[in-house]
Amino acid sequence: MLIRVGNGAGFWGDNLDAPRLLAERGGLDYLTLEYLAELTLSILAHQRSRSPDGGFVADFLTVLESLGPVLAAQPKLKIVTNAGGMAPVACARQAAQILVRAGLGTTRIAAVSGDDLLPRIDDLLAAGETFSNLDTGQPLGDVRPKIASANAYLGAAGIVEALAQGARIVITGRVADASLTVGPAIHEFGWSSSDWDKRAAATVAGHLIECGAQATGGMFSGWTPEISLQNLGYPIAEISEPGHFTMTKPAGTGGAVTVDTVAEQLVYEIGDPRHYLTPDVDADFSHVQLVQSGPDRVDVRGAKGNPAPPRYKVSMAYRDGYMASGTLVVCGDQAAAKARACGELILSRLKAAGVNLERTHVECLGTGDSLPGVWKRNDDALEVVLRVSVHDPSREAVERFVREFSPLVGSGPPGVTGYTGPRPKPYPVFAYWPTTVAREKLQHTVEVREAEKWG
Amino acid sequence: MAFMSTIRLAEIAHARSGDKGNHANIGVIAYTAAGFEFLGRYLTETRLAEYLLPLRPRQVERFEMPGILAYNFLLRDVLAGGASRSLRTDNQGKVLSAAVLELPIPKPPNLAEMQRPDGATNQRT
Repeated sequence: MLIRVGNGAGFWGDNLDAPRLLAERGGLDYLTLEYLAELTLSILAHQRSRSPDGGFVADFLTVLESLGPVLAAQPKLKIVTNAGGMAPVACARQAAQILVRAGLGTTRIAAVSGDDLLPRIDDLLAAGETFSNLDTGQPLGDVRPKIASANAYLGAAGIVEALAQGARIVITGRVADASLTVGPAIHEFGWSSSDWDKRAAATVAGHLIECGAQATGGMFSGWTPEISLQNLGYPIAEISEPGHFTMTKPAGTGGAVTVDTVAEQLVYEIGDPRHYLTPDVDADFSHVQLVQSGPDRVDVRGAKGNPAPPRYKVSMAYRDGYMASGTLVVCGDQAAAKARACGELILSRLKAAGVNLERTHVECLGTGDSLPGVWKRNDDALEVVLRVSVHDPSREAVERFVREFSPLVGSGPPGVTGYTGPRPKPYPVFAYWPTTVAREKLQHTVEVREAEKWG
Repeated sequence: MAFMSTIRLAEIAHARSGDKGNHANIGVIAYTAAGFEFLGRYLTETRLAEYLLPLRPRQVERFEMPGILAYNFLLRDVLAGGASRSLRTDNQGKVLSAAVLELPIPKPPNLAEMQRPDGATNQRT
């Protein structure tokens, strides 16, 4: 027995047509849609604070609209997504309306919650949790009043429960990205909670497909014009009961599934490859092997698993002032020197006006400044993009900063352009605070209802 | 001092990088077993830390993934605040892999054994 799990969204803002194209041509059992980066939930928390119906990834509703005919034509296709963000129940309600309109009113939709710790922080602190910063060891104390979101990474258990209750669409909040794939595999194969190697294999599969086209030729460092990225096929993992799987993509699509493209995604955003930690398993990626078994087919073997860690990762975000970035284009003779002078002028004029910004950064892009001191410095270009970025607790100070760009056209060196278009906008900063919580302190909740009964 | 001829790392490996909070990782994947063995000696934590010194990583740690002939480098606190707070254009470390592929390494005598087989697409069986 084998299931085909395809991922049609690798992040919030990914291609809106990809899920439909993947589902139409992928022969899928499960379509997963992964939307939540480390800080996405803080943005969604901000949205929810402004609108009680907000707080989930609205892109998903657009995608679901487009999937109506596919869901009607493929009665076995199921969808698992973390689009619920801060509001899985609100998301399920909106999704239900779409399905009812598409004539799919009896489709069962699940909302999986329990990851949102924001209302529980004080209780959990009282119960002995410290929420110290996982990276720096700092105590929560200083940032506690500024916390904007706090979400635990739940595992596959809630998804498995939802599928067992007949859900066809499963909408979660924060879960480990790989759990979107591990959940369907556990549900279909009935793996026991101690099948660590199998859970590890499905976790590798989930990790490989979670970023969408990055596994099928997108971002590939061996890029050549011959690998067409037009009509790029999104990734599919064909998972079998013993925990082997094959990476592939729909026939007739662009991109490439090769040992090289898959290997690059295996290493993407990992730390110690011996311990890829999720609530489902402590997975060892270090001896995973890849074999090209056919055109656009790569077999993946060798994942090992150990018991899941006793603590769940928690991603918190705290309010940390405002940032903005602006750019100008500087051209002609001495473009780099002129661009640097413009950057200094912006900051010195602000100082003269009494605006002292906490952090500032000037980049002359085109001279090697995206990684200054690492790229070989090139000051000979005839055009350079000046980018100035600032961070300050005061919104007013940052608003003053963004006004300083256009004046340089007339009051700076010659050859300054690229100032039309809207003025850069200051935006609130939600700083990242990684931490953990004991797993026994968490409990997911699952609500499953037919679309027409979500009301 | 004897002249030492060098090559770009990109001649014998490919790579991908990304972020984890304020840390970044760079996975460097050798094209062949000979290249993996060679990089084991030359692409050390010290060498990478020295190359990326201007970005001030607090620590560089190397992990082996022999099944795919890769070394994963974890660079702690290298992103000047990470996705949420860094003022850099590359606040998520996406281009670190491109930079590392330009890293000069000594030219090995058996270079041909480390390059991607000529004329092949990017498929190895």
